[in-house]
Amino acid sequence: MARKMRVRNHKVVLNRSAGGDAGITVMLVILGVLMFIPMYFSVMTSLKPLDELWIFPPKFYVINPTLKNYADLFKLMSTSWVPFSRYIFNTVLITVAGTFGNLCLGSLAAYALSKIPFPGRKGIFQMIVLSLMFVSTVTGIANFITFSFLGLVDNLLAIILPACCSTLGLYLMKQFMDSSVSNEALESARLDGAGEFRVFWSIAMPMVKPAWLTLIVYSFQGLWNTGSSIYIQSEQLKTFNYAIQQILSAGIVRAGASTAAMVIMMIVPVTVFIISQSNIIETMASSGMKD
Amino acid sequence: MSQNTAVKERKAKPVARKDMTRAQWTWKEMKKNKAGYIMIAPFFILFFVFTVVPVFLSMILSFTSFNLLEWPKFVGLDNYVRLFLDDDIFLTAIQNTLIFAVITGPVSYLLSLFVAWFINELPPKMRAFVTLIFYAPSIAGSMYQIFGIFFSSDRYGYVNALLIEYNFITEPIQFFQNAKYVMPLCIIVALWTSLGTTFLSFIAGLQIVDNSLYEAGALDGVRNRWQELWYITLPSMKEQLMFGAVMSITGSFGFGGIVTALAGFPSVDYCAWTIMHHLEDYGGQRFEVGYSSAIATILFLMMIGSNMLIKKLLSKVGQ
Repeated sequence: MARKMRVRNHKVVLNRSAGGDAGITVMLVILGVLMFIPMYFSVMTSLKPLDELWIFPPKFYVINPTLKNYADLFKLMSTSWVPFSRYIFNTVLITVAGTFGNLCLGSLAAYALSKIPFPGRKGIFQMIVLSLMFVSTVTGIANFITFSFLGLVDNLLAIILPACCSTLGLYLMKQFMDSSVSNEALESARLDGAGEFRVFWSIAMPMVKPAWLTLIVYSFQGLWNTGSSIYIQSEQLKTFNYAIQQILSAGIVRAGASTAAMVIMMIVPVTVFIISQSNIIETMASSGMKD
Repeated sequence: MSQNTAVKERKAKPVARKDMTRAQWTWKEMKKNKAGYIMIAPFFILFFVFTVVPVFLSMILSFTSFNLLEWPKFVGLDNYVRLFLDDDIFLTAIQNTLIFAVITGPVSYLLSLFVAWFINELPPKMRAFVTLIFYAPSIAGSMYQIFGIFFSSDRYGYVNALLIEYNFITEPIQFFQNAKYVMPLCIIVALWTSLGTTFLSFIAGLQIVDNSLYEAGALDGVRNRWQELWYITLPSMKEQLMFGAVMSITGSFGFGGIVTALAGFPSVDYCAWTIMHHLEDYGGQRFEVGYSSAIATILFLMMIGSNMLIKKLLSKVGQ
């Protein structure tokens, strides 16, 4: 039987029927449009002037796009109880400190788990894998007790410290090191008399740049969207996302300003992802979990 | 823990260690690799304090009555008895959580797999673009709240406006105040945001399947793309399938926030009340720590249990 063989993206692609290709393309377009519609509407609504927001039936496009909603958002913000810059400062502080901490602690730990055969490392790694299997809400109440004990309730450290020991980025980095940092390179450096920290810093770390970036992106995304938390009570320690939720809770009356807020909240993580996408995919190639 | 490791290590290299006991060998290895402990210590201390301790603390506190002010009082299984026999809302919560998890978990998993598979053969630039479209909702923060405007209960909500315009209805539907609609809508929104880490992992996994396997498969009689997927692709990316399953399951239990934002806290008639909400109610608002610890423990066991179950099932793929 003759088989069809075609070359697509310089890869050999076998056994593809034209009907199947068409069907898949149609499915993909339908799904893609469904995924895209809500984002499209958020941007459109945020650009609508007030009179267009109240047209019945609502239009699916903007006639006279305006940035007035964004200006209104900042006006709304300046009338808030706490200066709005404070919310933004808190979010930036949490995000930067938590991500930096997670990167430092996580990469050291990933290196140790991947490249130093100390007794106990398998057990620790199993605990880390187990921690990927439940959401942090489960530990919230008990952590509240820990934080009251440590005097950290109503302190941003209560958000930052747990973020520093978040495990997903560490897990991905460890798996990436397993598959892409050769033990020979490390061994020859050790024979030349380099200590573990030196080997870690000047040999292993430069080889796992995609994994750093992935860890940074994951930590960043999580922290950037930090909303209200039971650990934080003072208004001046609340985050940007919390403030946005307050604006959103006014509902359709503020549809313009609230969609503007959503778009602003979205732009930052999406931009970060666009820049780092190829590195993240490269890291994910070794994300696999062995049984 | 260290003993287990030592046993495994000994099996791996039996020759080097005949002259000493297991404990001696372990101690020697520990001293030799002390840099490892120094490097992992900062992470591990925080991890232990903020992740390991709370899990056990919750389990212990779930057998007590504790209000944060007085010393906890041991009450045995009272909290669990109360949850399952006296708390109707909790039973609703369990039911809703399971409905959420059973629908969103598998659907988002399969959606991630098929979309990743569909786009695998696109040219790289195109693939990056499509990846962005599908992945963006999962990182777009509170953007899902646009659904609140779509399904707004007045005639200015897009869906109501359309339905009125074309005479399907005369009065706007109260989408998020009607128990009939809340769950399905929240599930749709949750699915919209669910193509996350699992999806990226599958995209990467598909990229690294060895091409020579496909060629060999074609010679061995693989007829079409479905056979290729089942016999070659899936078995080669089994480890990604496993990782993706863990991410999807964990995610599918954690959708409380979307319900709160769209349908309120509590949702009308508790129709979309989940264990996450029950936990927040008793833990974050009423500070009944013992009772909420019991809720947290049940949620923890449900998540770990379903992860273990699925891991078992997935290890059979392609066999």
